[in-house]
Amino acid sequence: MAGTIRVRATASGDTTEVQSLIRHPMDSGFVKDAKGELIPAHHIEVVEFEHGGKTVFTALWGPAVSKDPYLKFSFKGGKAGDELKVSWVDNKGASDSLVAKIQ
Amino acid sequence: MLRKLCIAVALVAGTAQSLLAAGVGDPQADFKAFRKYFTERFSKVPLNDFVNGPYSMDQGLRKQWKAIDEFPPYEFAVEQGKQMFATPFKNGKTYADCFPNKGVGVRQMYPMFDAKWGEVITLEVAVNKCREANGEAPLDYTKDDMAAVTAYMAFTSRGKPFDIKIPDDPRALAAYKKGEQYFYSRRGQLNFSCASCHVQSPGEHIRTEVLAPALGITAALPIYRSAWGGMGTTTRRFRTCNEQTRGVPLAGGDELYRDVEYYLSYMANGLPISGPGSRP
Amino acid sequence: MRTLIKLVVVFAVTGFAAAAFAASAEEFKTAYDKAEAAEKQAKALKNQWSPTESALKAAKAAADAGKFDDAVKQAQHAEALANASIAQAKEQESVWTQAVVH
Repeated sequence: MAGTIRVRATASGDTTEVQSLIRHPMDSGFVKDAKGELIPAHHIEVVEFEHGGKTVFTALWGPAVSKDPYLKFSFKGGKAGDELKVSWVDNKGASDSLVAKIQ
Repeated sequence: MLRKLCIAVALVAGTAQSLLAAGVGDPQADFKAFRKYFTERFSKVPLNDFVNGPYSMDQGLRKQWKAIDEFPPYEFAVEQGKQMFATPFKNGKTYADCFPNKGVGVRQMYPMFDAKWGEVITLEVAVNKCREANGEAPLDYTKDDMAAVTAYMAFTSRGKPFDIKIPDDPRALAAYKKGEQYFYSRRGQLNFSCASCHVQSPGEHIRTEVLAPALGITAALPIYRSAWGGMGTTTRRFRTCNEQTRGVPLAGGDELYRDVEYYLSYMANGLPISGPGSRP
Repeated sequence: MRTLIKLVVVFAVTGFAAAAFAASAEEFKTAYDKAEAAEKQAKALKNQWSPTESALKAAKAAADAGKFDDAVKQAQHAEALANASIAQAKEQESVWTQAVVH
């Protein structure tokens, strides 16, 4: 899956605030379709943010996170122009990643 | 003598009738009364804020919305809509060929009365008429591609004031009045009209939701609605409202849905497009 | 012989009782057709209620399962709901103007 990640990272002082929106169905595996059959689980399991070669944030997700998840966090460090890498892997082995510039 | 009496009675009855009906079905009188009602009842709300629906009514909800709006959930739909505009139909034409100004910055003119078709054309109907004219199958009126393309079009019109025209054509006036009638008529087993919630009770709660004021209520559509877990069009919202009052919804593109959107958007003339929106 | 007579009597009595209290497939059809006709009118007025549709479905399901008493009840309920929705639409035609903001 390509082009699923939107990210906006803003550096302010010694902190960088990161927001991201990831396009993913995040099917829990508990919902039935119109025919009454279970829609199989299809959700992101790990999301990782890297800056300066270090992982600054890791999210371990499961069926409770809903569709097109939005994430917001801050980390110490980072300045405008730095690169921030975002990547995710889901339970089917699909993945996507994006490198964005901190503003 | 009897004839004079009959005429006198008829005149009195006629006057009484017109007093009762004053403003009903007369767009300009309706507009004044509608605007006065909302601005007086909610005197602290800036006029242009009504287009933000429940967020103009509830500060706590507004805070949450502001936080989400920094990174809006409808972004994917806008991106998808932009792609749809850039992708030609099988015959080589594009959406841009169907709309004034290539479809950019025109959403605030819809719904419009089309004299050629003799009916009200909403943005969604215009999209499908465009597709059909170019040999493409029409889209489902409620979500997915229709929501995406109208989200993109709304986005290009953000901030532009509603500019809905009712031309000097009895069919246009009839459509306006039908829309007004739909808005104020009770329906469904729960016996609510649109006005029951959006004129009588804006800012109040219905179950867990805060009700939006009817003034400017079409400005934020289409919306990403958390309750749906996705995007929905004006049609989807109307259908959901019908279902919520235990009424059977009408089909997308139904005359009554077009007419009520026409009425509501005319009432919002001058107010800015705030769509695409996000709602709880 | 006496047993046979007893059995015949028992069957006759229960058969009679069953005929007296159970609705028939024909009775269901009559009730359902009436309900459907009313719902068709409601649809023409663009004012159908969702519980009417549910009742019609339930009536059909009960009839398919051979439960004609239930089926007739549901069909009659559906007809009542459909008639109420028609009455609502007709009344609203004249009273809606009273609700208009002025």
